[in-house]
Amino acid sequence: MRPRSDEVFLSGRRETLDLLRGEVIGLAFCEPSTRTRVSFELAATALGAQVVDLPIEASSVTKGESLVDTLRTLERTGITTIVLRHPMSGAPYLAARSTDARIVNAGDGTHAHPTQALLDALTLREALGTLEGKKIAIVGDIAHSRVARSNLHALRALGASVRLAGPPAWVRDFEGWPGVVVAKRLEDALADADAVMALRIQIERVASGAVASLREYTATWGLNESRMQLARLGAPLLHPGPTNEGVEITAELAGSVRSLIGTQVANGVPIRMAVLSLLAR
Amino acid sequence: MTRFGSLDDPAATLVLTGIRIIDPATGTDRVGDLAIDDGRLADPGGIAPGAERFDGSSLVAAPGLCDLHAHLREPGMERAETIESGARAAAHGGFTTICAMPNTDPPLDGPDRVAWVMTAARGAACRVRVVAAATRGRDGEQITDVAELAGEGVVGVSDDGVAVAEGLLARSLLTRLVALGLPLIEHAEDPAAAAGTVMRAGAIATRLGLGGWPESAELAIVVRDIGLAEETGGWVHFTHISTAAALTAIRRAKERGVRVTCDVTPHHLALTDAWVAGGRSFAWDEQVGVAADPFGAPLDAAHAYDSACRVNPPLSSRADALALLGGVADGTVDAIATDHAPHPSERKSVEFGAAAPGMIGLETALSLGLAAVDAGRLTLPVLVRALTTRPAELIGEARSLEIGQLADLVIIDPAARWRVEATALASASSNTPLLGMDLPGVVRLTVANGRITYRDGVEPAV
Repeated sequence: MRPRSDEVFLSGRRETLDLLRGEVIGLAFCEPSTRTRVSFELAATALGAQVVDLPIEASSVTKGESLVDTLRTLERTGITTIVLRHPMSGAPYLAARSTDARIVNAGDGTHAHPTQALLDALTLREALGTLEGKKIAIVGDIAHSRVARSNLHALRALGASVRLAGPPAWVRDFEGWPGVVVAKRLEDALADADAVMALRIQIERVASGAVASLREYTATWGLNESRMQLARLGAPLLHPGPTNEGVEITAELAGSVRSLIGTQVANGVPIRMAVLSLLAR
Repeated sequence: MTRFGSLDDPAATLVLTGIRIIDPATGTDRVGDLAIDDGRLADPGGIAPGAERFDGSSLVAAPGLCDLHAHLREPGMERAETIESGARAAAHGGFTTICAMPNTDPPLDGPDRVAWVMTAARGAACRVRVVAAATRGRDGEQITDVAELAGEGVVGVSDDGVAVAEGLLARSLLTRLVALGLPLIEHAEDPAAAAGTVMRAGAIATRLGLGGWPESAELAIVVRDIGLAEETGGWVHFTHISTAAALTAIRRAKERGVRVTCDVTPHHLALTDAWVAGGRSFAWDEQVGVAADPFGAPLDAAHAYDSACRVNPPLSSRADALALLGGVADGTVDAIATDHAPHPSERKSVEFGAAAPGMIGLETALSLGLAAVDAGRLTLPVLVRALTTRPAELIGEARSLEIGQLADLVIIDPAARWRVEATALASASSNTPLLGMDLPGVVRLTVANGRITYRDGVEPAV
C-alpha cells in the first residue's frame, strides 16, 4: 500500500532532507494567514532551507515603499525564493517581473491559490483514486474565491468535471468555463457528486447583496448531512478553512467521517515541500 | 528617407509631388502635388524652380490632427507631463490642436487658471485649447462660472475622471451652457456601479479575479444625459465611450435629433480586455491565447496584469471594440480622442489594482488608427475625418488643405513602421502597453499655423 503523503513528510523530516540546504526562503505574507504560512515554513525547514520573515506590505498611494522597491532591495540580501501572499490579484506576476528571486504564489487576491489546489487534488486523489471523470461540487462564493479558481484549473487538468453552486451573483460569471456546470440549485450540484468542497463565506460580503442574510445563505446553500445524502455514498467533504461552522457547513458535518479538512491541512506541508524543491532544481 | 526643411525655417518653400491628399473639408481624396510657401498652402505650379521638391508617392497629406481629450498634468504633476512636453508629443503624433483637460492640481475651475494655461502654452508645439472644470474643485457639488470660463475661450466643461454624478447639477449646467454654445463633456460612469472595479467585466476579469466594471455603469449616465440634453436643449459630448450599449443609445438619440456627440479613444478601438491578461492581439486580429480561451489558456507571465493596461473606462470587450469601430465608420462616433493620460513610473510600477488608471496616446493614436485601416476596419478618409476635421468642428476650428490657407497639416508615411519605445516618445511619460511593438504610420512632418512643429524624428525647437 502506498504510504500517505503526510507520512512521507514525517519520515522525510526524520531524515532531515537537505534539498534546499543553502537556500534562503523569505515568507512575505501581506495579509493574515495561519495554515498556509505555517505549512510553508515547516516545508522549507524540513528541506533544510533557512526561513526569514519579510515585512512586506501591499503597495498603496499613501504609503512609502512599493512592493517592487522592497523586492528589489531584498534581492541583494541573498534571498533565493519568496513565498508571497498578497491581497491583490496578479501581485505575484508583478513580483516575478521585479526580481530574480523565485516567487511562489501563496494566494493572490481573488485570483489563485495554487498550492491549496494542489493539496486539495492530493487529498481527493487519496480519497477517490483517479479524478478522471469524477464529479466534484464546489459550493459558496466562487466569485471571490482564489481557492475555487485554482481548483477549477487543477480539476480540469486531472479530468474531473465541476459543478458550482451558490447565490447567482457569486457563480454566474463562471458559465462557459470548460468542464464547469453552474447549477441552479444546490441539490443539482450535489446529486451523485463524488466529492463536495465548501468555501468559506466572508461574512462582510453578505452586505453586498448577493444574499439577503447569512441565515438565507445557510438555508439555501448551507451544507449539512441530509443534503450530503444526495451525493454518492460516502462522498468526502473538503473545506480550505477556516470554517464558519453553522454558516456554510454544520459543525456535525465538519467533524464527521466525511470530512477531509484535517487531511487537507496535513497534506499542505508535503505539497509545499514538493513545490519548493521542484522550483529549486 | 525623405527630409524636409529645417524646424527653425518656417518660411521654407517645399513641394511634395505625387502625394495622396485627403481633405475631408472638401471631400478630397486625390493624388497630386502639394506646396507650402511661406507657411501657406500654395499652387504647386506657381512655385519657383529652385524650391525643395520631395517625392510624395509613398506619403499622405492630411489636415492637422485635433485631440479633444489630453491630460497635460500642468500645473501640479509636472513629472508626468508638462504643457511643453505634451505639446511636443502631440506634434510628434501629427496633432496641431489638443484640448487640455481640467483635472490638474489645482484644477482648471476658474478663469485665472484657464488663462494661466493658455499663457503657458504660448510657443508650444501645437495649439492648446482648454476644457474647464464643470464643478468648483471638481467636487461635484457647485458648478463653475461657465459664462466667465467661456469668456476665456474654453471649449467645454467637464469633471473628467468622474461623471457629473448629480443629475440635478448636470441639468443646471446644461441649462446654463445652452446660451454659450458649449458642451458638457461627460465622463459617463456611474460612480456607485463602478466602485471597486479595475477592468471590464467579462470572462477575462473572472479568470483574473479582478473586479469587473459593468457596461451599465456607462449606459446609466449616457441615458440620463441624453434625457437631460433633450429636456434642456443643451449639448452633451460623451468622451471615451467604451461600450456598444452606450454607442447604440447615442446613435438613437442622434437619429431623434438630440444634441449629443461622442468620441472614442484609440485604445478602446484597438485593444481589448484580453490585454490585461497578457494578450497582445488587436481587436480585429484573429484571437489567440487567453483572448481565444480566457478560462483555459496559460497567462503570459511577461504581460499578465500589466498595469499599463489599467485605464478608465477599462479596455473594452472585443465585441465592443468592433462595434465602436463600426461607430467610427458610420459617423456615430464624431471623433477619435486620445485621453492621453501620462503617469510617472511609480504610479504604474505597482499591483494592477493599485495602479493609477490611464495610458498615453498622443504619439500612438494615428498609428493605431492606421492599423485599423490596414485591417480593413476603417477607410483612410474616415480615419482622417475622425482625427481632424470633425473634432476641430466641435471646438469651432476649421481645417482645410485648400490653396491659400495657412498650412496646418500632417505628412504621414502610412506604410512605414516604427517601434514604440520610451526613447522614441516626446512625452515625459511612457505608460503604454504598446511599448516594444512595431506600429504602422510614421509622421514625417507636422505643420501647425504655418510653422513646422515636428519633422522626421528630430525634436522640434520650441
